[in-house]
Amino acid sequence: MTARENLPDTFTVAGSNYRSRLIVGTGKYRDFAETRAAIEASNSEIITVAIRRVNIGQNPNEPNLLEILPPTKFTILPNTAGCYNAQEAVRTLRLARELLDGHALVKLEVLSDDATLFPNMPETIIAAKELVADGFQVMVYCSDDPIQAKMLEEIGCVAVMPLASLIGSGMGILNPWNLQIIIDRANVPVLVDAGIGTASDAAIAMELGCDGVLMNTAIAKAANPVLMASAMKKAVEAGREAFLAGRMPKKIYQASPSSPTGGLIGAK
Amino acid sequence: MLTLQINGEQKQFPPDIDVAGLVTTMALAGKRIAIELNGEIVPKSCHATTRLRNGDKLEVVVAVGGG
Repeated sequence: MTARENLPDTFTVAGSNYRSRLIVGTGKYRDFAETRAAIEASNSEIITVAIRRVNIGQNPNEPNLLEILPPTKFTILPNTAGCYNAQEAVRTLRLARELLDGHALVKLEVLSDDATLFPNMPETIIAAKELVADGFQVMVYCSDDPIQAKMLEEIGCVAVMPLASLIGSGMGILNPWNLQIIIDRANVPVLVDAGIGTASDAAIAMELGCDGVLMNTAIAKAANPVLMASAMKKAVEAGREAFLAGRMPKKIYQASPSSPTGGLIGAK
Repeated sequence: MLTLQINGEQKQFPPDIDVAGLVTTMALAGKRIAIELNGEIVPKSCHATTRLRNGDKLEVVVAVGGG
């Protein structure tokens, strides 16, 4: 038995255990077939969805997303993307809860402006309080400010999800030090949400000690989304294992060859 | 006839329609949707007993791809 099999390393949020630490979004894919193929390749168990008006007059036989990705197979995490104040976000998630038969686990995100999609933290905090009081289990997208991340935890959010960089930017982890402080001080899972561009970014997030990573565009807008989904699965697993393994200390130099220093040919 | 505002659009419906009837008329029966009537959610269990009135505003939503 390998060390890995000895160690059931599951991720727990809101009382449920998951094997995968990768949460993926379902937006920006070419079609449902690509969405499903990428999500299967990612091995994700939690997937995010948005809530939008029904397109009146659309072909009623057109499949909807939750027929392709059924709640019986995935934990559906409805989000509040596109909401710019607490009231819109709370309203959206109440509709989501009705749509998902009372499902309480949600992703709260309140945005500031169209250009940056930075989280609006004052409104996020107002919405979080209201949602927690109403019985929601709130995973919250937030800035990488350790103080506000702690405030969200104290309000009762079940996970805090600071950005690595701006939504859809693919700029990777711009402030690992803030993320480190958030991780060190949190008593709830910390997931990096937004900004991941490629597999190494996801691995770095996990090596920092994050509990998980949430991404959408990095997979959906890769030239080959299904292959990138597979890469992200491996990166999250590799980063997690490296974190658990404990990396060697960094040193600028202190010669310590990997091969024996004795027994060299031609020695006396 | 009854004029309802659904997702921002004015639509005509026969009088005495309830939410369940509206869902059927819109070919959404059995689909995963949620409905808000004048800002209040109408739970699925109340669709058949919630009568609609002229001028009611409804939001009918569905889950779509998002991150």
